[in-house]
Amino acid sequence: MQPFVALTSKMIPLPYQDVDTDQIIPARYLRATDKAGLAEGLFSSWRYLPDGSPNPEFPLNRPEAQGSQILLAGDNFGCGSSREHAPWALLGWGVRAVISTSFADIFRNNALKNGLLPVQVSSEFHSLLFEIAAQVPGALVTVDLPSQTISLPDGRWVNFPIDAFNKTCLINGFHQLGYLLQFQDQIAAYERTH
Amino acid sequence: MQTPRTLFQKIWESHIVAQPSDSPTILYIDLHLVHEVTSPQAFTGLREKGLRVRRPDLTVATMDHSTPTSDLNLPMADQLAERQILQMRKNCQDFGIRLYDLDSHERGIVHVIGPEKGLTQPGMTIVCGDSHTSTHGAFGALAFGIGTSEVEHVLATQCLLQNLPKTFRVNFDGGLPAGITAKDMILALIAQIGIGGGTGHVIEYCGEAVRTLDMEARMTLCNMTIEAGARAGMIAPDETTYEYLSGRPSAPQGRAWDTALEFWRSLPSDSGAEFDQEVSLKVARLEPMITYGTNPGMGIPISQPVPAPHGEKDPSRRAALEKALHYMDLQPGRPLLDHPVDVVFIGSCTNSRISDLRQAASLLRGRKVAPGTRLLVVPGSEPVRLQAEAEGLDRIFREAGGEWRNAGCSMCIAMNGDQLRPGQYAVSTSNRNFEGRQGPGGRTFLASPLTAAASAVHGRVSDPRTLLQPG
Repeated sequence: MQPFVALTSKMIPLPYQDVDTDQIIPARYLRATDKAGLAEGLFSSWRYLPDGSPNPEFPLNRPEAQGSQILLAGDNFGCGSSREHAPWALLGWGVRAVISTSFADIFRNNALKNGLLPVQVSSEFHSLLFEIAAQVPGALVTVDLPSQTISLPDGRWVNFPIDAFNKTCLINGFHQLGYLLQFQDQIAAYERTH
Repeated sequence: MQTPRTLFQKIWESHIVAQPSDSPTILYIDLHLVHEVTSPQAFTGLREKGLRVRRPDLTVATMDHSTPTSDLNLPMADQLAERQILQMRKNCQDFGIRLYDLDSHERGIVHVIGPEKGLTQPGMTIVCGDSHTSTHGAFGALAFGIGTSEVEHVLATQCLLQNLPKTFRVNFDGGLPAGITAKDMILALIAQIGIGGGTGHVIEYCGEAVRTLDMEARMTLCNMTIEAGARAGMIAPDETTYEYLSGRPSAPQGRAWDTALEFWRSLPSDSGAEFDQEVSLKVARLEPMITYGTNPGMGIPISQPVPAPHGEKDPSRRAALEKALHYMDLQPGRPLLDHPVDVVFIGSCTNSRISDLRQAASLLRGRKVAPGTRLLVVPGSEPVRLQAEAEGLDRIFREAGGEWRNAGCSMCIAMNGDQLRPGQYAVSTSNRNFEGRQGPGGRTFLASPLTAAASAVHGRVSDPRTLLQPG
């Protein structure tokens, strides 16, 4: 897994609530048998016009979004289907962190296992970020995982929560399966008694 | 005296393999269900790491999401889907996993066949790379959906790293009125608590109305728990559960049954057990529910008008409602009743079991689907299909002008060619009305099999109670 320590990037504001994983990547892209190439399907129903050309209105297609690694999303991001193709597609496009007030449980789990950082902030700070993104397109924010902070160029910052285990895995790029495999003796012991 | 525990706590605690100080709980998984869409990358991961499947005997695979419901012979029209099917076959062969293949008379939607075979049992931990795994909680199991990385974890170790969720009790008080089903109960709950209302929680469904539901209706209720954002939904096992399980091929037999029964009877939440959250709904007041928007929380009683955005104070929610009504091309303040319907889909892991088909057939018997409306009926499994055909339900659907198909997920996820055309409206018994879920540009009204059947007859959104026989 690609480690996540810190990054400074522009934000892509996606001001919709309850963005489900069917929007992040529609089911027709799920016939893939590998993880590569899914970025093409990212938000495809919104990102492309019916004739297949890019929708210039969609935030991901705006010039200032190019090269951005932070998606600023609405509340309850990633609800619905368990498809891990959603974080794969976001990462494939270049997104490394998603900021929201809340994340659906399965999406959060899937993101954390792939080096995509869910950054949960208060509604007040969330609104502030949307204001900044609207006023200063291309404004930079810094997400720092070791200190669990997200900070603005003017020095304002807030903490975000993450459990110690996922934090360690992300910073070091550890695969969680490697950790689980260290418990084979305990697993075998459990199996003998159950 | 021991602290009273919930059903969830009892199952969680009995599945702890280790509780390291520096990581989440390592939880043992009793049953791992696998399908073709969310597993290929997990098997690739095993091969790359040189790992085996730790417990192929606790792993069961089927093909359901991308499979055709018309012609099941290879080659398939969709080459990508066919490659996925062939990959599933190879993965199951290479790793020694039981597979219900395309030609199997036992194949079906993963959440239909697990219970049908008696694989799903009270007290178990059950996972699948599919969010609707919550279905299996109807048996008093802890069942939840996982991503593909976690599928790989379970294949390799039969375990998952899990943080302890919170608990949430939902009481459905009173008896269900005629024409109101489990689908209406769950849509009413999601409309009340919202699609993020259950996030971080495991829901236990309690109350008189839940006790009177048969197992298939309980599965419908638990199935859509994920649409409220909760990890899992559960119902304490009771005589209804044991009667359903008794004699099923994978259920315990003989003395093992007696031992199992004694264990199962110990599972229900102790009186006085505490939950982190609780809500109650009075089912006597429920009407058939239908969704008008683009998530399952945007639902209304069928007689009510579509909500108006100006009535919504929160700006984000107002914007979400405006966006949804724009996509759905609906007028706020107008009822959904009598809205024209292009397609009626009866199927999916929510509502494709024999009782769902019987309910739909009860309203379609001797009637015709309205001209210009397409009815697609897709049984949840091949055993459901055969049972329905033995009862003549397929004839009722076909004589009404509907299409009767082979088992699969079909138009619920629209991966197999069964899909809406842009702009079409569907009344669907499935679980998601997200934008484009049933086909790009398609518009979905979620409802019960009764409401779907009544709407097929009229070619318009209809209240099924107008077609019910008196008494």
